[in-house]
Amino acid sequence: MLVEPIKGLKELPMEEPLSPGHRLCPGCGASIVVRQILLAAPKDAIIAEATGCLEVSTALYPYSAWNRPWVHSAFENAAAVASGVESGFKALTKRGEGREHPIIVFGGDGGTYDIGIQALSGAIERGHRFLYVCYDNEAYMNTGIQRSGGTPLGAWTTTTQVGSARAGKVEAKKDLMSIIVAHHVPYAATASISHWRDLMTKVRKALSKDGPTFLHVMAPCTRGWRFDSAKTIRMSRLAVETRLFPLYEVEDGAYRITFPVPSPKPVEEYLKMQGRYAHLFLPQNAAELEAIKSGVDANYKRLEKLVQLAVKPSNP
Amino acid sequence: MTLVQTGRVAALQGDEAVAEAVRQCDVDVVAAYPITPQTIIVEKLAEFVADGRFGGEFVPVESEHSALSACVGASLTGARVFTATSSQGLAYMHEMLYNAAGMRLPIVMAVANRALSAPLVLNADHSDMMGSRDSGWIQVYGENVEEIYDRTIQMFKLSEDPRVMLPSAINFEGFIISHDKERVRLLDEGSIKKFLGRPKPKFKLDPDAPLTFGAIATPDTYYEFRMQQNEAMNGALGVFDEVEKEFEGFSGRRYGTVDAYNTDNADQIMVINGSAAGTMRAAARQMNAVGEKVGVLAIKLYRPFPAKQVATYLAHAKTVIAMDRSLSPGAPSGPMSEDVKSALQAAGLSRPVMSVVYGIGGRDMLVDDGKKIFAMARQGPVSGLPIMYGVKG
Amino acid sequence: MSWKELEQGAVVKGGTSASYNVSGWRVNRPVINEAKCTNCLICWIYCPEPAIVRHDGAKVTIDYDHCKGCGICEAECPPKAITMVREP
Repeated sequence: MLVEPIKGLKELPMEEPLSPGHRLCPGCGASIVVRQILLAAPKDAIIAEATGCLEVSTALYPYSAWNRPWVHSAFENAAAVASGVESGFKALTKRGEGREHPIIVFGGDGGTYDIGIQALSGAIERGHRFLYVCYDNEAYMNTGIQRSGGTPLGAWTTTTQVGSARAGKVEAKKDLMSIIVAHHVPYAATASISHWRDLMTKVRKALSKDGPTFLHVMAPCTRGWRFDSAKTIRMSRLAVETRLFPLYEVEDGAYRITFPVPSPKPVEEYLKMQGRYAHLFLPQNAAELEAIKSGVDANYKRLEKLVQLAVKPSNP
Repeated sequence: MTLVQTGRVAALQGDEAVAEAVRQCDVDVVAAYPITPQTIIVEKLAEFVADGRFGGEFVPVESEHSALSACVGASLTGARVFTATSSQGLAYMHEMLYNAAGMRLPIVMAVANRALSAPLVLNADHSDMMGSRDSGWIQVYGENVEEIYDRTIQMFKLSEDPRVMLPSAINFEGFIISHDKERVRLLDEGSIKKFLGRPKPKFKLDPDAPLTFGAIATPDTYYEFRMQQNEAMNGALGVFDEVEKEFEGFSGRRYGTVDAYNTDNADQIMVINGSAAGTMRAAARQMNAVGEKVGVLAIKLYRPFPAKQVATYLAHAKTVIAMDRSLSPGAPSGPMSEDVKSALQAAGLSRPVMSVVYGIGGRDMLVDDGKKIFAMARQGPVSGLPIMYGVKG
Repeated sequence: MSWKELEQGAVVKGGTSASYNVSGWRVNRPVINEAKCTNCLICWIYCPEPAIVRHDGAKVTIDYDHCKGCGICEAECPPKAITMVREP
């Protein structure tokens, strides 16, 4: 199936998939993720969502920001609910009582890395056709900035506090993409709201696959990361330009870096902008800062090696 | 009543009968996870799929919580959905039971009642469903295989009724009914399909009319949504009668919300649900044959609880024996005993109620046990905590 | 509102948040210098609400009922046509 490339913003639909008037914070990265993804997707997309910032703020009875059919059930089951939606439409289509629609699942890092990983893994293994989008703000933001499996090394959260005995999270960020790729999905990719064309191309590519696909999108959080609300896009751009959040895709097991960063900006430039990393710049935490920097470096080099192992995808 | 003959009488295990009913009921999606003693339902359905005899989608989910979650998603597309579980599985999906009921989805579930761990045991008691009795699900209890086959068909009709729109659970004891092979007079598939029609939900996932399901409420409105649910549950009593009447029209079979044996003429009446009701009825018949005056009131519909009917049948008993196949540690009586006592009080009746806990963890109940319990009730005033009948030591 | 009048199962019609005014949230409001604006739509694709409205054959405008004043549009506008101005 041919993927329609995006030539410019003007060709995107005028009709907004998300209505304003929702309760997300000013400058929230999550809603930008949703807007960009839904603008790139067909108009009959059905959405399943996990509990989290996005869900409570956009669906607060009697207000809903969603101009698409949308279902939220619980925190850990977005992928299971989506499996049911997909099966329901499949069954109804078979008996001529309905037709199938693209299904997009939104889960935060909480609902994806941690409590939701079982349902996601099961749904992928069964091969249901849906696009799962993890909007990653790197903590359980909705309940007040508690750490998740997606919280990066060294970050402050309310459950990885900074004090004399400890300074931020001591565990590394879970490698979610590797977990998903290990399921041999037809398509998985990272994306950033700053690089909207790259993101939208990936959305269309993913939706063209007949099976489970995955997008890991960074959603900078002005409240939890402690930065001025105007800087959300700049933050996500810097994450890419420092190689901290490389933009790549894995299509049938073949890795490809979609936005190469030959001369990365220093990681400090990104970390300095966020209050949750302020402690890293104290002399006693120099080792932690080094660990973060070398981690970014190692990860990018690992990706470059994986790209070299690339097997040509079966449908270019 | 004319019975539409199918020409087919089969010897089926409880689980097999449920699977056959699901196959005949035009179910669109089955999402289920195997757990003893429900596994045969899932395996049978997989056989049907392999033979091309089940037209719907069979989703082998990775857990019971995901089973009910998938059912929620599928139900919202307007599809007819079914799942089955037991014990630990029911407990695992506990959160989702309230979710499905709150979202007013007509999901039908078979529960092969099994005791809850710890300690782990595979055998029957009602602790699994009793632990979820407040979830807002309609609950029926069956005492034999043909009954649960019938109930499976009936519950789709009841749940999908626009005045109800609540999920329902068909309870039957694990191994005792789930695995027992009994005679089942199968019904004609065409009659079943005519009886059920197709689901016609008021709200569903539809790109032509985008709706939002599962919004967060506030204290301003939550109570009112639960009130709606409560009203629908209470109203289901009347719809249940309608469904049974229509079902009787083509099957010739009707069970009622309760089954009363000799309650008009009894001094001691035993109130009981599940398969042991049959055993107790046998004990009562034997006792009455030698001049005793005992009766058995089997509870078939547990939620909504047929309080008025129960009170009416118990109105003239000298002693009521309320039997519970599940335990509520620290409570003045077992769960169903409490329902019975409340029903009596609401009707302005005061009867001594002897609360008896029995059959825990699959502990067998025999005809002689029934006689012993009736004798205990005859011995005089009842008071105190529930009698733990059948425990060793 | 009586329990009899609410939608069964708390179902909500899609898009109804548009009737909720969030203008009281902001400290600063974006002002577009129409002369400088090239209608590139960058502000529109980066607005979290969206509070930037596209028009057929005309340049974008701000929906002041729904703008929370985050300042992303000013930060990202390529020709620097947007300025955040303190609310009166």
